[in-house]
Amino acid sequence: MRDVAIIGVGMTKFGELWDQNIRDMFAEAALKAMEDAGVKKLDAMYVGAMSSGLYTFQEHIASVMADYIGQVGIPSTRVESACASGGLAVKSAIIEVASGMSDIVLAGGVEKMWDADDGSMILATAADQEYEGFHGVTFPGLYAMMANAYMDRYGLTREELAQVPIKNHKHAINNPNAQYPFPLNLDGVLKSSMVADPLRLMDCSPITDGAAAVIVCPLDRAKEFTNKPIKVKGIGAATGPIALHDHKDLTRLDAVRLAGERAYKMAGVTKDDIDFVEVHDCFSIAEIIVAEELGFFGYGEAGKAIANGQGTYGGRIVINPSGGLKAKGHPVGATGTAQILEAVTQLRGDAGKRQVKDAKIGMTQNMGGSGGSSVVHILEAV
Amino acid sequence: MIGIVGFGSYVPAYRIKARTIAAQWGDDADTIERGLLLTEKTVPGQDEDTITISIAAAKNAIKRAGIDPQKIGAVYIGSESHPYAVKPSGTVLVDALGIGPHVHVADFEFACKAGAEAMFVSYSHVKSGNMEYSMGIGADTSQGAPGDALEYSASAGGSAFIFGTKNVVAELLYEHSYTSDTPDFWRREYQHYPRHGGRFTGEPAYFKHVLGCGNALLEKSGMKPEDFAQAVFHMPNGKFPLKAGKILGFTNEQMKQGWVVNKMGNTYSGSSPTGLSACLDVMKPGEKVFMISFGSGAGSDGFIFEATDELPKVQPLAPTVHDQLDNNKIYLEYGQYAAYRRKIRFND
Repeated sequence: MRDVAIIGVGMTKFGELWDQNIRDMFAEAALKAMEDAGVKKLDAMYVGAMSSGLYTFQEHIASVMADYIGQVGIPSTRVESACASGGLAVKSAIIEVASGMSDIVLAGGVEKMWDADDGSMILATAADQEYEGFHGVTFPGLYAMMANAYMDRYGLTREELAQVPIKNHKHAINNPNAQYPFPLNLDGVLKSSMVADPLRLMDCSPITDGAAAVIVCPLDRAKEFTNKPIKVKGIGAATGPIALHDHKDLTRLDAVRLAGERAYKMAGVTKDDIDFVEVHDCFSIAEIIVAEELGFFGYGEAGKAIANGQGTYGGRIVINPSGGLKAKGHPVGATGTAQILEAVTQLRGDAGKRQVKDAKIGMTQNMGGSGGSSVVHILEAV
Repeated sequence: MIGIVGFGSYVPAYRIKARTIAAQWGDDADTIERGLLLTEKTVPGQDEDTITISIAAAKNAIKRAGIDPQKIGAVYIGSESHPYAVKPSGTVLVDALGIGPHVHVADFEFACKAGAEAMFVSYSHVKSGNMEYSMGIGADTSQGAPGDALEYSASAGGSAFIFGTKNVVAELLYEHSYTSDTPDFWRREYQHYPRHGGRFTGEPAYFKHVLGCGNALLEKSGMKPEDFAQAVFHMPNGKFPLKAGKILGFTNEQMKQGWVVNKMGNTYSGSSPTGLSACLDVMKPGEKVFMISFGSGAGSDGFIFEATDELPKVQPLAPTVHDQLDNNKIYLEYGQYAAYRRKIRFND
């Protein structure tokens, strides 16, 4: 297997992009990434999207996008793993280059969510339809059960839980691509609409339109394209129980732990080597559990630690410098790709006011459903 | 000088509080009030509809204009709740008020901007010299499906404006229209309630058109927000007009008088015209008002009026909007409201 590097990144602004359809968004991100890498011709591409069919009635989007960005003829593959689609698309592109099959490969993620009438039901297709969906449970309800179990067991308070979105909004203020770059205070969280007790609106990631893309190539060719290549140091992916009731413990996300362990092993690093992490904070409680499963805090400790400033600049580790899903936005199929883009931006030292000082190694963690899948990347500035 | 020679409004006596509706559906009243900036809305009485509301408003406008109704050459009622699908509302009004039969009458529909549209056409008739007086009315008994967010805002009321050249109380200085095919909100024939595109009604619909029209009107006039004593923007809820006004550079103080939505709800075609009427109730000679309507589908008509020395003379001749909003209120419970709005069926 060859070492692989990321040589180009690009994304749209995240938000309500009423003037752009799914292909416009993908093309904007892909062409920006290609321009960033200085490549005009791809060998192959991967497109991550959770549900372009239900959201926009457009399937077959791997070919649509290859055609629309002027690369018709190359192999192009759709990757779907619910909200982890974007992260797995990047993983697939990396493996294609590592295997020697291709040299210049694009991985993009996209989701056009605002055109749909009932997005909740579309998102709920990522849950276990027979045991969860048909009974009316949607993701806020599933994560609310996890939050209740966690708060009950570890004594996390509602006020402490609120510190997760407050921190992420603070980070997003310095991200020009963020959907909601506004400050959020405790009152703003605690008085926001109740969605699924104890989760309020400000605990929930938003509906977002957006796309992101990265270009990968063999590490030994990376300097042809950029003087700041970012090495892919480790990848880990795993599946977990699709239904929440099959989790052995409601306060754990096994797929995240397994994916993290595999990525650490491949990278040959430990949690102490990671300078920052982009995690899948689809709901406030998710960030807390994920931070524990990745080893940054002991079980039952992440919530209080984040509330005490350990998840931001000057703390134990900067979690979600981009603003995370909550404040940067969560176009589900694009989220994992955008996490990689944030990590690359940080490792290049190009993150401006949200730059994590002396960032050398960064991690991203992308997740599908209530832990039915997860993918972790560890990247390094070389 | 061309402009408004008489104006008048009608506000139904019945009200329902947002809290009453929230309690019915198990919604959190604080969240609704904070989210929509609405506390209560008007409800049409069982014998009230767009025609009766238009007549009541027009009567007040004629009182203020002090003219012979026979001299009114055209009457246009803008509404999305005309009682008949086929049969005009305006014909009832002209007979009731002694206008015509030598009069041009038409019912207009353009979602929430039909009233401003009626004003626009009336103004144009007078400007062209086609007739001495023309009346444009915006009135609605708005529909909102039970349980829909619209139910908190859809209300009833209307305002009428007579345009002419003599004894003008508010001169129309500039006007502008901004329109595109933007299907954010609609009701097909035979449907009781409108449907809407959720957030699509915001940025790409309301804000694009209100701001597009507003900016063009400012540019056309060469005026700045600080040149105006009052500003009115279509009020689908409490938040949108304040946000649009702020983006254009207006202050809450400038928008306060015409921002009737928190006590009145969204009177659809009557919304921004009633906000304008409320401003004319208090404006002093030389003061200017900036008004932008919005209708889904979508478009905005914008006007700049300047009060003349005649305005204070006619202000006391009819009830003001805020007088009607603050007095003679009868609060309904949800069951009564459902009956008044014909949401439930009774035996004949």
